[in-house]
Amino acid sequence: MREKATTLYIGPQHPGITGNMMVRVKVEGDTIVKATTEVGYLHRAFEKLQEKRNWLQSFTLMCRFCVPETDPMEELYARAVEAIEGREVPERAKYIRVMVLELARLASFMLWYGGQNGSLGLYTMGQWSVGDRNYILDLFEELTGGRVYHMYIWPGGVRRDLPKGFEKRVLKTMDYLEKRLDDYDDLMFDNAIFKKRTQGVGIVDKDKAIEHGVVGAVLRGCGIKSDIRIDEPYEVYDKLDFIVPTQEGADIWARALVRRQEARQSIRIIRQVIDMMPGGPVYNKIPNPQKWRLPKGDAYVRVESVRGEVGLYAVSDGGLKPRRIHVRGAAYVHAITLLEDVLVGENIADVSAIMNSLGTCPPEIER
Amino acid sequence: MSFFDLKGTLKPLTALKQFGKKPHTISYPKEKTEAAERYRGFHYNDLEECIGCGNCSTICQNKAIDMIKVEGIEGEKGDSGLRPRVDNGRCCWCALCVEVCPTGSLSLTRDYLYVSDDADTFLFVPGVDNPEGKNNLSFITDKEQSLNVFNRVPMPELEGMERVKSFAEVVLGYNEEMAREEASRCISCGLCTEVCPDHMHIPEYINAIATGNDEDAVRIIYDNNPLPEMCGKVCTRRCEDVCAIAVRGEPVAIRWLKRYATETAKTADITMEIVNPEIKEPNGYKVSIVGAGPSGLTAAYYLALRGYDVTIYEANAKAGGMTMYGIPKYRFPIDSLDKQIEYIEKIGVKIKYNTKVGKDISFEKLYKESDAVFIGVGFPQPWTLGIEGEDAKGSMQAVNFLHMVNSGEKVDIGKKVAVIGGGNVAIDAARVSARLGAEVTILYRRRVQDMPADWEEIEGAEEEGIKIVPQAIPVKIHEENGKVKAIEYQLAEMVPDEKGGRPRPVAIEGSNTIMEVDSVMGAIGQQGDYSFLEGEFAEKIQVERGRFKVNENQQTTDPKVYAGGDAVNRTADAISAIADGFRACKAIDAALAGKK
Repeated sequence: MREKATTLYIGPQHPGITGNMMVRVKVEGDTIVKATTEVGYLHRAFEKLQEKRNWLQSFTLMCRFCVPETDPMEELYARAVEAIEGREVPERAKYIRVMVLELARLASFMLWYGGQNGSLGLYTMGQWSVGDRNYILDLFEELTGGRVYHMYIWPGGVRRDLPKGFEKRVLKTMDYLEKRLDDYDDLMFDNAIFKKRTQGVGIVDKDKAIEHGVVGAVLRGCGIKSDIRIDEPYEVYDKLDFIVPTQEGADIWARALVRRQEARQSIRIIRQVIDMMPGGPVYNKIPNPQKWRLPKGDAYVRVESVRGEVGLYAVSDGGLKPRRIHVRGAAYVHAITLLEDVLVGENIADVSAIMNSLGTCPPEIER
Repeated sequence: MSFFDLKGTLKPLTALKQFGKKPHTISYPKEKTEAAERYRGFHYNDLEECIGCGNCSTICQNKAIDMIKVEGIEGEKGDSGLRPRVDNGRCCWCALCVEVCPTGSLSLTRDYLYVSDDADTFLFVPGVDNPEGKNNLSFITDKEQSLNVFNRVPMPELEGMERVKSFAEVVLGYNEEMAREEASRCISCGLCTEVCPDHMHIPEYINAIATGNDEDAVRIIYDNNPLPEMCGKVCTRRCEDVCAIAVRGEPVAIRWLKRYATETAKTADITMEIVNPEIKEPNGYKVSIVGAGPSGLTAAYYLALRGYDVTIYEANAKAGGMTMYGIPKYRFPIDSLDKQIEYIEKIGVKIKYNTKVGKDISFEKLYKESDAVFIGVGFPQPWTLGIEGEDAKGSMQAVNFLHMVNSGEKVDIGKKVAVIGGGNVAIDAARVSARLGAEVTILYRRRVQDMPADWEEIEGAEEEGIKIVPQAIPVKIHEENGKVKAIEYQLAEMVPDEKGGRPRPVAIEGSNTIMEVDSVMGAIGQQGDYSFLEGEFAEKIQVERGRFKVNENQQTTDPKVYAGGDAVNRTADAISAIADGFRACKAIDAALAGKK
């Protein structure tokens, strides 16, 4: 006998740790037969606001596109402006940028550990990883003056040089985190519950990935090797030695394994960058911001964030303000169209686990 | 996967090894966490250093900063008297306000905790509401890190010793690229507009230059100054003294930018085309103006635009007053002045040259024939030194000397010249003498830093090999056969003024020095000559301490007569004269328009 279908609303108050959005699911028993995503709770019109702000003021809005990972957005904007203007970036600034980007990646992984496990009811992991993330935020606070919103990478370089002895403190934190990643393995990847809840759940196979234009860990989790840091190296990534892990499973488990390996690669990159970092200036100063005009032109730049490839298209009409800024975020595809597709046939209890696994980030979807 | 995963069930239990370890994130009893050294917390503003330019408010993309009046802080030259107020409910802590603060007074602190249920208290005035923030500064911007551009685009000039060979213009002017770059340094705070006697629209025209709209700049400039090229070359530029950028760097070259803009209009016809002024239909009123100096020309220009029938009476063969006869041609070339006069005549101003009021035409006649009279006669008569030997041949007044040279007359000054004084006239006379081939020494009774002359002029003079002897008081001119032979001076020491004024020079007994010279030029100031006001006018139009008594509308004690320029204000510069002229024009217009 067919069970009667019921419609349930998951969200909009933070389904999991992702941010405000809603998934409307039609269930039969506890199996989803149709899922509809609803966004619009976090729309702040950043792209439009930027058209009303000058090229420097716009920079302060960038980090707010995606809360858990602010630096790749700053990096995008800085590189787009530099590309339009032809502004050189000092070598040291490039290394510092990579260090900051990887620290941000690590911090974002830590948050993901918490979210992914929390959505399965495994709360200890979240306590640990978010606590450990604090050590990275301490580093950010010391370097940039802000913990979450750094506003540090800006056109022409970075805002301030490293404080004295900062490298040592970064390395110390890296040593600590590396040890902690082993603890995480015990608690998470060797955990029977985690395996059971994630293996074979939330399948995004190659066909589906290509059909939807999926990026990042979701793409690598189904066996496609793709990473902007390797495919289109920016800053100094071409000088660094790291690998891009892939998995074949195409489920939450596979994507978790990819991220597990990537976190270790980030630590590896940070160590290399600190080792190779040259001296010199960190900032190629922009002119008086009130009269700073960019030449006519446009630029499309991409970076690899934790959620995957994020692109930014900037257009300058030769004026004081951007004519248009557009961000192509990973979460838009993952958490709107792909999510509706993947959820069909899954269990209600797995919705937020799948959302977390796809790198859902509502602030980035809506911008 | 097996049905029962033993390893996977036991492994998570290893977490128990953390039991009893010191927790990472929570502590009992609670320890207060100190913010990092660079933390971006609440604002702090050094109220003494802040000049209220408002750049922080301009850059704030959240509109979290507004400028308000603060008790105990009065506005003055170069200080708007306003201070930033931050709305902590809107602030996003980006600290761009700190990065663009030209004085470096604004910074962020390590304080970050504030709890209140009163939303109004989220608005706070940094420095006033948190004086203790001074001891807790964190995010600061030094000169290196600041986003202001502190260095001026250097002005191309003739080489020092190359200059003295001719009367060629020393300053060569910015080219387009330089002007755009220099204009881009401006932060549009408008402190300059406040101190400009004429309140020119400085940020607006600089912005027009920065954006490549030179013609707009010219139009903006002509809005309240009909002699901008003259100002662009020789203005005393008090605007630059108060430039916000000058607090930590070199002021924006406002004067040179005005010069650049006006020079793009190469002839009077082009100026006419660009400015394209709206000239009103004749209104039937007649205004007479005495003296074609900057104040008279300004009043004439704006009155003519408003439909008045304006006639200027000028004693000399050319218009321009002191800017024609007092300023040397290497600073202000004659064709540059001619172009501007031609333009003023084009819009309908009539100038009667070689017509001295009081001699060729009586003031009474002017007064009776006109609906209003404006007097801009300036200060033509030099003060004498009042020392022995001043009547000897070769002893002259610098103003007269400059007048003669500028009129094209030949003046014999010999090989060695001493100029007495420290103002612009003294420097001008010295530099002109150098161009005539003389070896020049300037004697000034105070220190070099006390000289009222423009610092760029003083530097220019030194580069041209002119010697400056400071703290030297002339006591006697020695003569031989009725001709100057030498000048005797005493050295002075600076004595602090008991009343708090600037230090006074007091001669040191026995320090007399005699210097052999062929000419001595006095340049210690000028005074007015009001002999043209005869009969009843001498009484009706009151003069006070050598200057006409006027009200805030430039109106003298005779309601029909207005006055401006050096004969009225103590600042004695062209831009003040222009401001007087403009003010008088508005007052005359208001008075006469009311009659209709």
